[in-house]
Amino acid sequence: MSMNRRTVVKAIAAGSALVGASVMMPRVAMAAWTESAFKADKQDAAMKALLGSADAADSAEVTLKAPDIAENGAVVPVTVRTKMANVESISIFVANNPNPLVAEFIIPAGTEADVSTRLRMGKTSQVTAVVKADGKLYSAAKEVKVTIGGCGG
Amino acid sequence: MAKKILKVKAKASGGKTKVKMMAKHIMESGQRKDKKTGELIPAKFLQELKVEHGGKVVFEANLGTAVSKNPYIAFNFAGGAKGDELVMTWKENTGASATEKVKVK
Repeated sequence: MSMNRRTVVKAIAAGSALVGASVMMPRVAMAAWTESAFKADKQDAAMKALLGSADAADSAEVTLKAPDIAENGAVVPVTVRTKMANVESISIFVANNPNPLVAEFIIPAGTEADVSTRLRMGKTSQVTAVVKADGKLYSAAKEVKVTIGGCGG
Repeated sequence: MAKKILKVKAKASGGKTKVKMMAKHIMESGQRKDKKTGELIPAKFLQELKVEHGGKVVFEANLGTAVSKNPYIAFNFAGGAKGDELVMTWKENTGASATEKVKVK
């Protein structure tokens, strides 16, 4: 990647604009978007920042539905489901993406721990679903092969 | 008024409501380059999404840049009846936000 002065200046400007916007709008009370977790470039770091720990026990009770081969990495359908009780959140990570954390879903009581979405994958990677239930972390992982990447262009 | 970006289908059956959402959004990751100038296109993506039913939050999502363009999210929650109103609030990384409403079918 070429880094000339222009892009650096632009990046700094964009960064400070973001900070400004978030300072101006603190009244939008929502679950915090954990910037450090979404910006982390390693899965372990992202998990630590988001969930407090990078240790998740592999569990057969977490079902991760994803294709074996994704023809188009820009749209990879994924479903995460679990029958566990007291699920607090479901997070999805793609290890080989520039920022492994894809999304975090907060599951309040009364909502089923069954979420489907579509994500981008840059290249073949392990996809990990982490379920937080009763304060503990459980995970399921699956490798998805990507023939055409979804990042860059 | 900003244009609505969420397309939502919510259907109540058997004591629960199934919600399928599709947002019309580019989800620019900030990693692509403009082909003409070679400069990075700044990131522009949906960051937060919240769904409320009867004043109670039933679903919240914090999204990153690796969510596909025109994000699709499906989930179910207990309760809900035909005619109930769901209130969706979304927020972009640029700070833009809006609230949209939809009726359960």
